[in-house]
Amino acid sequence: MTAISIRGLVKAYGAKRAVDGLDLDIETGEVFALLGPNGAGKTTTVEILEGFRTADAGEVSVLGSDPHTANRLWRNRIGIVLQTSSGLDLLTPREILASTAHTYANPRSVEEVIAAVGLQEKADVRIAGLSGGQRRRLDVGLGIVGRPELLFLDEPTTGFDPQARRDFWGLIRTLASEGTTILLTTHYLDEAEHLADRVGVIAGGRLLALDTPANLGGRASEEATVAWLEDGERRTLRTATPTLEVSRLADRFGGEVPELVVSRPSLEDTYLTLIAPHVTQDDEGAPAATTTRKVPA
Amino acid sequence: MNAVALGFDRTLLELKMYSREKEAVFFSFLFPIMMLALFSVIFGDSMGGDSQMSAAEYFLPGMISAGILLTSFQTMAMSVAAERDDGTLKRLRSTPMPPVSYFLGKVGLVVTTALAQQVLLLAVAKFAFGVDLPDTAARWLTFAWVFGLGAFAGTVLGTAYSSLASARTVGAVVVAPMLILQFISGVYFSFTDIPEWLKQVASVFPLKWIAQGMRSVFFPDDLASMEMAGAWEHGRTAMVLGVWAVLGLVLCVLTFRWFKRGTT
Repeated sequence: MTAISIRGLVKAYGAKRAVDGLDLDIETGEVFALLGPNGAGKTTTVEILEGFRTADAGEVSVLGSDPHTANRLWRNRIGIVLQTSSGLDLLTPREILASTAHTYANPRSVEEVIAAVGLQEKADVRIAGLSGGQRRRLDVGLGIVGRPELLFLDEPTTGFDPQARRDFWGLIRTLASEGTTILLTTHYLDEAEHLADRVGVIAGGRLLALDTPANLGGRASEEATVAWLEDGERRTLRTATPTLEVSRLADRFGGEVPELVVSRPSLEDTYLTLIAPHVTQDDEGAPAATTTRKVPA
Repeated sequence: MNAVALGFDRTLLELKMYSREKEAVFFSFLFPIMMLALFSVIFGDSMGGDSQMSAAEYFLPGMISAGILLTSFQTMAMSVAAERDDGTLKRLRSTPMPPVSYFLGKVGLVVTTALAQQVLLLAVAKFAFGVDLPDTAARWLTFAWVFGLGAFAGTVLGTAYSSLASARTVGAVVVAPMLILQFISGVYFSFTDIPEWLKQVASVFPLKWIAQGMRSVFFPDDLASMEMAGAWEHGRTAMVLGVWAVLGLVLCVLTFRWFKRGTT
């Protein structure tokens, strides 16, 4: 079953093609992470899928409907966690969750959602008094209170401390294990690695790579690096057979190899290599996506 | 829940937010009541020339009119602009809530706060400042339709006007024109003191007609001669307010946006 199907999607703003012929299928029950530099077309793509923007060309189907013409019944089946939510300061989490739940046909209980996002102690406190991480968890609560089949998460853990991120990942895995299809955009590669069944990298409005986090960009088959300390010097060796090399080293040292490290390219290394041709240094020195259409095959 | 039940649910939520926002309560809900008290304390019993009205009697129609515009136009213009800017509207749009429920919630908010304000204003005028309230059904009927048409026009015009403001500019963009309109429409002092050309300008906008309609409710009939046309002009008042109401509704439908400019 396909939850989301994208064929030849194009969206231009003036002369710039933010999305430039994107093809992608996301299966029901899958956790899919969309990665890409700022300006890559992630947000535009996701907002078209959410029905907030219209496509210039191409075909998009989300839960069997065109999002732009979809009705209330379709909205009832999806949940959206937006990038920011202010304007709720005067209410309490329980009040806004209850009010949002009422708009859905078969919502989760408000108590259940409050517990799931860990806001029991803040449920009846004005939202103005919540920390950034607590607000973000409330956003997620608002996204899941309608018991969605498909959940959109736009950079969900930006501004979280490490413990809050771990807790949040646990929540997402629980939702996924219950069969929720999740489309996630994130800047954190470790987040994608922890959560996603598959990862898609886009830049310049096109899909550059699509695979499991472990295999993205041929990661699994890349040579490993073995490093150790010998005669007071750091030695490194690139090899396709790291186990064999470590075993040889162990024989040579007669047991423990000092400061042994075996590493493969991290997802971040692979990702940065993939997007490198699409990122330039602009005048301020900050990385920005290029608008070039020269995408390598 | 159906659209109407959700609209009621939204009304309760809107009222919670409104009552918790001290600035809104002060500057739109209590403001006309405080102004009435202030005028009454400053000017006492010697207003209105020959007719020997007290300041409270003299200013009551103006404060009622200002109150209608504050609780309808100003509330809508400011809240919709802020909600569009801070993403509240986008968040609502992402749920299965029918759009009409949002507007029903706003209408519920305006109706509740405007009625409560009028009751409070009339009670303060009667019990604190000894204003004799009208005792004929005909006058209260006039009060009802001027209030209804005025509040409706203010609500739809405020919603349409919200498109001109962002959360950052809303204070200046909404409050300054409101203040000018209140002065030239004869809310704060006698309409007869205003130059003819400025009266003509004021006559284009709804507030002058709401105020004139309210004077016809609370003032003795012989004061009708003080009006621009020398009469209360109920027919024309209804027509002008009706035209503004329809125009506001059309503008609402044509201009209403769920998303901030440049984000769709």
